[in-house]
Amino acid sequence: MTVQTAAAPKSGVVGNVVQTTYREALHDAIREALLKDQRVFLMGEDVGRYGGCYAVSRGLLDEFGPDRIRDTPLSESAFVGAGIGAALGGMRPIVEIMTVNFSLLALDQIVNNAATIRHMSGGQFNVPVVIRIASGAGRQLAAQHSHSLENWYAHVPGLKVVAPATVEDARYMLWTALEDPDPVIIFEHVMLYNVTGILSADGGPVDIGKAVIRRPGRDVTLIAYGGTLGKTLDAAETLEADGIAAEVIDLRSLRPLDTGTILRSVSRTRRAVIVDEGWRTGSLAAEISAIIMEDAFWDLDAPVSRVCTAEVPIPYPRHLEQAALPQPAAIVAAARATLGR
Amino acid sequence: MTTAAPDTHAQKPHLTREHLLHLLRQMIRVRRFEERCVELYQQEKIRGFLHVYIGEEAVAVGVLETLEAADTVVATYREHGHAIIRGVPMDAVMAEMYGKAEGCCLGRGGSMHLFDAGTRFYGGNAIVAGGLPLAVGLALADRMAGRHQVTACFFGDGAVAEGEFHESLNLAELWRLPVLFICENNLYAMGTSLERSQSQTDIHLKAQSYNLPAEVVDGMDVVAVEAAARRAGAFIRSGQGPYFLECRTYRFRAHSMFDPQLYREKAEVETWRKHDPIDRLTSWLRETGTLHDVDLLAIESDATMEVDKSVAFAEAGHWEPLEQLTRHVYTERALP
Amino acid sequence: MGTFSMPSLGADMEAGTLVEWLKHPGDRVERGDIVAVVETQKGAIEVEVFEAGVIDRLLVEPGTTVPVGTPMALVRGPGEEAIEAPAPELVSAEAAAAPAPSVHPAPPPSAPAAEAPGRPRASPAARRFARERGLDLVGMTGTGPGGAVVSADIERSAASPAPAPHPTRGLDLAEMRRAIAAAMARSKREIPHYYLSTTIDLTRAHAYLERINAERQPADRLLLPVLQLKAVALALRRMPEFNGFHTADGFQPGTGIHVGTAIAIRGGGLATPAIHDTDRLSLDALMAHLRDLVARTRVGRLRSSELSDATITVTSLGDRGVESVFGVIYPPQVAIVGFGKPVERPWVAEGRVVIRLLTTTTLAADHRVSDGHKGGLFLAEIDRHLQEPEKL
Repeated sequence: MTVQTAAAPKSGVVGNVVQTTYREALHDAIREALLKDQRVFLMGEDVGRYGGCYAVSRGLLDEFGPDRIRDTPLSESAFVGAGIGAALGGMRPIVEIMTVNFSLLALDQIVNNAATIRHMSGGQFNVPVVIRIASGAGRQLAAQHSHSLENWYAHVPGLKVVAPATVEDARYMLWTALEDPDPVIIFEHVMLYNVTGILSADGGPVDIGKAVIRRPGRDVTLIAYGGTLGKTLDAAETLEADGIAAEVIDLRSLRPLDTGTILRSVSRTRRAVIVDEGWRTGSLAAEISAIIMEDAFWDLDAPVSRVCTAEVPIPYPRHLEQAALPQPAAIVAAARATLGR
Repeated sequence: MTTAAPDTHAQKPHLTREHLLHLLRQMIRVRRFEERCVELYQQEKIRGFLHVYIGEEAVAVGVLETLEAADTVVATYREHGHAIIRGVPMDAVMAEMYGKAEGCCLGRGGSMHLFDAGTRFYGGNAIVAGGLPLAVGLALADRMAGRHQVTACFFGDGAVAEGEFHESLNLAELWRLPVLFICENNLYAMGTSLERSQSQTDIHLKAQSYNLPAEVVDGMDVVAVEAAARRAGAFIRSGQGPYFLECRTYRFRAHSMFDPQLYREKAEVETWRKHDPIDRLTSWLRETGTLHDVDLLAIESDATMEVDKSVAFAEAGHWEPLEQLTRHVYTERALP
Repeated sequence: MGTFSMPSLGADMEAGTLVEWLKHPGDRVERGDIVAVVETQKGAIEVEVFEAGVIDRLLVEPGTTVPVGTPMALVRGPGEEAIEAPAPELVSAEAAAAPAPSVHPAPPPSAPAAEAPGRPRASPAARRFARERGLDLVGMTGTGPGGAVVSADIERSAASPAPAPHPTRGLDLAEMRRAIAAAMARSKREIPHYYLSTTIDLTRAHAYLERINAERQPADRLLLPVLQLKAVALALRRMPEFNGFHTADGFQPGTGIHVGTAIAIRGGGLATPAIHDTDRLSLDALMAHLRDLVARTRVGRLRSSELSDATITVTSLGDRGVESVFGVIYPPQVAIVGFGKPVERPWVAEGRVVIRLLTTTTLAADHRVSDGHKGGLFLAEIDRHLQEPEKL
């Protein structure tokens, strides 16, 4: 965990763009939401005094007080359920679950209540809760702290699942999520918190339902999200040197999936490689592959390829952990294979 | 009992004849509704799981009698009675039992998931203890918005074994949230008796261990339940935090429709039947000369007519078109 | 009992059509003998056998298209008895092309090919394109994964007239044009070419040829291209990064120096057959090979190994009056050397303007494998060899 020295994260303004980190962007987004809407509050384990396990909420307790920055007991089911209940009661809670493994203790509330109440009530009640979850591997946190279970949640109708992969999305997705009348789960990859990026100082809310082409190309489509976007862009750079123009799609929204953007790109490049930090079996990559098979089969020039995490609980030693995860070299190889090279 | 609310006049039920007949009428409405549901289930008009409240009516009637319109209710899958007593029209509840589009949830929820925005009735939860965190959150919203309302959260003795029970009681007390926890202790979690599942069978003691004021109530005595709920309500509305009632009651019928009741003796059921909350109130009212045959006849007749009408309403209802299958998953928003 | 199978005449060849058997049951064959003529996209190719023995029986009828690796004949080794078992049925063109029974009322045109033994590997998009354009995937050269025909291959094919329904002996110029189109398009699409040019003084080489040709009959005379081929071959010994193939695994140096020489075909078309071990052949042997190759190329009779083995290509358009050639690399090779027309020009040598016979020599090379510095050294090395023709 990286701890910042400043009491509150500072952003260095350069012209009309801001140089900031993913962590600071999230912090600024939460702060902006708290200022904009009195119904918004942050709740979770160690979000207050401690400043957040990943230091995202550092300084907010001092500014907004314990009523709106709520430290909770280690009772995931109760505080996530309370977030759902508060949303039902008219509030706009931001619930932070420290890491995705702990979210399993609240799975009942998320899947059985948040996702279903709108439907069960025949549309009478909606659940405008936002749940932030840190996920992913790469920090040598071993098997229980390194899951990528985004697809478990993306499986469930009634939930919306987003994965900001850039500083800009970290900064501007939250407000859109809070404005959404339905439950939105935001997955923040732990390797991104320290990533620095530039965003426009006056950027507005983003459409969280749409994928974005982060790099255009004509030869092969690389589909990634969250923590794998950077690796995929690195791979595209390598491929460029080989004369292969890879198009990189950042899914951003894992549910609903922006199938239009995926299919339009793949129909153009005729080749797809899906990069997913989830385990291959039953992965989101499998779902996307199936969508491509169903709707773009006759446009394909190569089998759809997946680069996923090896079928093993994430090991502690760095070399094994890195070997288990999708890496640029594997993405490059998969992309080349779709071109018969 | 750790903390008892001051026993003031305002907190006592107004035991007028009119009020007592009202309580009786409410219990009989629920009883007749549930009996008809059993019948309709056997005729395959109602499907899925059906859990009826027969024998426990005094709890919902006694507690809900004390709530205000702006208060909130969270209930379980045995909640038809709660919905009706809370004020959801019986027609809409019966149509929901049928799965018809005229149901209170368009038929999407069915017997276990009755919701109604108009009466702030938040289900209808089929997960044992699943409603407790929601109730805590609803109360948190009231508290943060400065509303001095009560969230009444019903659950059974089975919920006590779940982690969510303990997490929620702790959180509610920690944050002093306005939740009225009502444990409908009917002694069985489906077929598992309390003594076969709990090391400590005095449930109110568990609540006390989290520093909640908690008391045991005779759940077969509607007047006692109402009195306790008024005490609890006054405490909660005064801003002192949550309150816990353990209402000892009994269900006379099976857990759900398909249950041969191998887990309990018929004699035990018969013993409890002697404490039937409706018979008990009726006898007392007759003894005191408050209730006459003609009154009871009118109450029964009204209840039967209301149930008949609800069945006719449900029968005449229509099925939601298949084209609407995937609606109500996400909020449908008009395009800007 | 050995098996003679449909050979792979290139990494991108999936199937071939038997045109003619040149050996028949009972004929004795030696290793290297030509036993059959196979029609491919690149033309009719004489196919060698790689074991000695006696042709026992033939398994494929002329006119039949079979996938690479399909047994075509059985070769009885020394001492082996003729097999008594009933002869397997000859694979005929009809059988190979017969559509499989289908419950679908209107199978797409590609379905029969898909069910036939020679099912081409083709992507869904290629199949759709082929169906829409009425093209047959069989025999089409694929550039996709595992040599699969992909949509781009169909687009290239569609630009040419439909192939003749029955393969004929000799050259099919349309097929050849398609093959060239596919190879060259792939080259320009995938290979990052860089181009270098230098002027080489051929005065000495020319004088050398004049000298030794003076005593020879016209049929035995050496021609300038032989010197150029040999110079390139010798230069490659020191510059191996220009000799070999670029594959998915990166650069694979050639196991020998087999210089392919671009030979134009009258009526259009081009072949680049290899002269094996160019660097080890004497100038006379090289000249003989070149004459033979030119003759055979022009009637469309090239050996399989000649078509697939070239490790570099040399092209010369000097006899067309062209001064410099900027070549397109023939994949998976990594370089092509071009020689322009030798012209007498004023030249400054040792501080004086003199008349010299000069040629513009160019190199197009694959930047994934080499860079301009190496390319410059390679051209300089060719120049050096051409300045010492007697050592070639």
